[in-house]
Formats: sequence, C-alpha cells, structure tokens
Amino acid sequence: MQTQFDTTMRSRPRYGVLEPRPGLAHLIVADGEGGEAVLALFAQAPELLETARVIYMPGANGTDMTAELEAVKPAQFSRVPSYAAGRQRIVKVLGDAHMGLQVYVTGTEGLMGQVQRDAMEAGLPHDAVQTEHRGSLVRRVQCVHCKGITEHVRTDPFQCGHCGLNLFVRDHYSRRLAAFQGVCVDAEDPGEVPPAVERFK
Amino acid sequence: MSLDDYFHDETYFGDFTYRNSPQAIKRFPFPFPEDDYMYSVNMEPHVPGRKGSVFEHAFDVDEHYVAQMRDRARVLAEDPLRCQSLPHMTLAGWDLLELIMESFARDYPQWFELHKDGNRWHWINRPLGIDDKFTFLDESTLPYGPMEYITRQAQGDFTLQDQRNDNLWIEAGMVTTQADWSVDFDIGMNFHEWHAPVPLAREMGVFDRALKFLLQLQHGAPVRRFNWTMTVDPLLDTSPENYHKWGPSKTTMTRETIGRRQHLRVELQTLFRLPRSNAIAFPIRCYMISFQDLVTQPKWARRLHRVIRDLPEELATYKGFLRNRPLMVEYLSQFDDGKPTSPGWWPEDE
Repeated sequence: MQTQFDTTMRSRPRYGVLEPRPGLAHLIVADGEGGEAVLALFAQAPELLETARVIYMPGANGTDMTAELEAVKPAQFSRVPSYAAGRQRIVKVLGDAHMGLQVYVTGTEGLMGQVQRDAMEAGLPHDAVQTEHRGSLVRRVQCVHCKGITEHVRTDPFQCGHCGLNLFVRDHYSRRLAAFQGVCVDAEDPGEVPPAVERFK
Repeated sequence: MSLDDYFHDETYFGDFTYRNSPQAIKRFPFPFPEDDYMYSVNMEPHVPGRKGSVFEHAFDVDEHYVAQMRDRARVLAEDPLRCQSLPHMTLAGWDLLELIMESFARDYPQWFELHKDGNRWHWINRPLGIDDKFTFLDESTLPYGPMEYITRQAQGDFTLQDQRNDNLWIEAGMVTTQADWSVDFDIGMNFHEWHAPVPLAREMGVFDRALKFLLQLQHGAPVRRFNWTMTVDPLLDTSPENYHKWGPSKTTMTRETIGRRQHLRVELQTLFRLPRSNAIAFPIRCYMISFQDLVTQPKWARRLHRVIRDLPEELATYKGFLRNRPLMVEYLSQFDDGKPTSPGWWPEDE
C-alpha cells in the first residue's frame, strides 16, 4: 500500500501513484516494496510489458521481490544490488532516451530522488518522472559539515558514516543532491548527544 | 585621509579585532521600527536614503571593506564550495559585475574607476590594489567567473535567482557571511524550497506574497528589507558547515563579557532585476554591532530590550539564541527605563 506521510514539508517532493502513460519505451526503477507498485502498474496496463525495461534492487530492510517481478516477464529485467551499482545502467537509458520515454520510479525516497536527479542531469524535466513512495521511510542524508552522504538513515540523531559527527536530520531536502540535510546535534555542547529515536521506519 | 587610515585592519575570526568607529555606530542599520517584531514581507523601494546612512548608495562600502574582503578570501581558501554558479547563470554573473562596477565607480570615485571602450573594460579598485583590463562577456579574460570576480570585491553575500515557471531558482551564490544556511545545499532550489526551514512565516502567507511581489520586480526599481539575528563574537562566517566549530562560543558568554561579545547581526537585503539575464540579484549585506556599542543609543537600547524579551520562542530558537536570551534580557534591561520610544529606527529622531 502507498506510504502515508504524517506531516507536509515544504521542500520535500510530493509523490503520486504510478499510472500508465503512452510511450515508445518505459523505464521502471524500483527498490524493496516498490516491486508491488510495479506489479500494480503492469496489472493495469499489461501492454507495457512488451517494451518495459525494469531495474530492481532489494530494499535495505531485505525485501526482495525479484522472483515476482521476473515472473511477469517484462521485456528487460535487471536486478542490481544497490543504486550505486545500477546507476550506470540507468544513466545510459536516460542518456539514450528519445522523445516518448516514460520513466517510473517507486520505492524509497532516496531511490526516487536519485533517479529524478539523474533524469534532470540527462535533460529531462523533473516532472517527466512519475514517482510512488512504497516501503521504508529511511532517509538519505548529507552531512553539511563533511558533505558525505549516509544512506538508509533510520534514527535521529545518527552518526555520520564519513566524519563521525552526531547529526540531527533537518526537514530540508535538496533535489539536486537527493538528500536531506544533517547538522551537528551537539555543536554547542560537545558530547551531549540526545538518545537516538527511530523516526524513519 | 589615506586609504590605510579609513579602512580598518581587523579580523572576524580568531582574535576578533573587529570594531565599529563612533561614526559607524551612529549609522548602524538598526532594524526595528517598533518595540515588537514579527515576520513581514516589509519590502520598500531601495532608493537613495539619508546622506551618510547605509542607504545613501545602491551598495554601501564602509570602513570594514578591506578587512571583510580579506575574510572572504580566507573562507574561500578553506572551502571553495561557498561560491557556486550553475552553468546557465554566467550571464547573470556579468549583469551583477556590471551593476557593482558602475555603482562603485559612480558613488565612490575616490576608490573605484571603470573605463569602457566598447567591450574592453578597465577596472581599478584602489583599496584592494586591483587594476585589471578585460573583455566584458568574455570569461577567459578574468581570473575567476564574473560573479566570483566581482563578489570577491564587494561586501556581503550574493545570490542570483533565475526566473522560470513562475518561480525563482537560487542557482548561483557567493556566501561567506551567512546566518547559518548553506549555498552548497540550497543551490538549485526554488523559492519555497530554500525557505522550508523557516518557522511560522509560511503559515502567515509571507512567502507566497513575497514571491508574487518579486516575480514582478522591474529593472531599475530595486527593493530592500531587513533581516536580523544574534551572533556571539563578530564572526562573519556563521556557516552550518563550520557550526561544530563556532557553536561552543554560545555557551561561554557571561554577565561580564556579554556587552563586548554579543552582537546584533543585521542583514540589509536588496533585490535587483538584472537586464540581460532577467535574473534577480540578491545582495545580503551583514552588519554587526556589539551590545555595549548599541546601548550608547538610548532609543535602540530600550527597544532592543523589549523586542528580545517579547519575541516568540519559535523565533528565538530558529535564530539560535534561545539559550542566551535570559542573559541578553538581563543585560539590556539595565538600559530600559520604560519610557516610550519614537517610531522608526533612526537614533536621532527621539
């Protein structure tokens, strides 16, 4: 089922529900529970299967729908272990795109943000990419101090995976970086780090 | 008076030797026209103001010019990401260069000269010892991109906003004197996105009204407004990037040191429509005054006490001084005799 967000945040993108659109080619990227939205899309428009290129990666929480997706037999199916691993393939499809490419992304926010960013860099307008949030609310966060990005952040505060500072997650989102902003939580009182709370499940 | 006598040799970092002269205190842009404060769009035409005031000219070049340009160079050497320009913003950078050079040369002919022979320009900046010949609109003839070149010679931060899809997109900026925001993070955002962390204002409709107003901004009719916050020690570079380094300074202020260390930080924000690119230039000029200097003006002392005492908690938190508010109120209360204050911010009007 679609993810429910409890608050609206000004700089956070709004996500919709994938709907089939006419097109010469269809690039579909999904992670984890996003596989369910892909199956729902194909159920609605089985003709997409003939030209669909699906790139899928398991969720950080272990959800892996590879078997279900392969079973419906899209024209091309690739399973990749992570976005970083699959990025070259995705960028190639976006770069080779002719008029009429439809792009669908579903799953976690970090995945959707990165595909939108890469699509924009390839010259597609950011609203040319359809999105649907599914599964985990873990965040992709950039440390404002060292600029390193930590994937799959579940708690607030958390420790930067690069410089080791303790960061709180600001509700401030950059589409260009596809990341939220992390800011040192104990800057004024070094060492006084509040207990981590699981805010992003 | 020689250049060396007028321009201070002072620092905004380390030993913090920054000081305002008695004349600079008198002309400080005190931002509160009334005894209380709430967000508002509060924009007015940026027309020449009183002689000697910070509004006298389009761009104010003051006694801190040389030292502030040195501080900018220091910050950029440490973190070049503080100056960024997306590729399509170069023309807006030239627009900004032209605006600043023409304004400086017109308003401060004793310090700056601009000579034009078609697109061949000759720029002389005496305080910084710069004498450059270049071809206008040809980037290869300058040592930096046009925005970086000119904003290394102009006080205050600068951002350039592209206008499209009925929105403004912050797509270039020189930001080394900021009140805790990151141009590296915000670049590429639209107007609502980059203001997302500001509390209360959205619910009040401030951003929708401000955006609507700015989309209509005309070339030749710049506007201005104030913003303000508080800074411990005259640190110009209160960046989020370095927050873990300067954050602890907030905890070490005492009753004995607050007058000297606590500074009211005022941003004079101006907005100019640029002629070729149709972008908007947004200079954000930072002025700082220590509490002990500020209270030498009785009206300002009374009013600042009332504003700080009565400010909503969300705003004190957002502006980052909730922790020190009791200390500030205690200090300022000594200078508030409860008398009424006259409207407007000029100190001499009472």
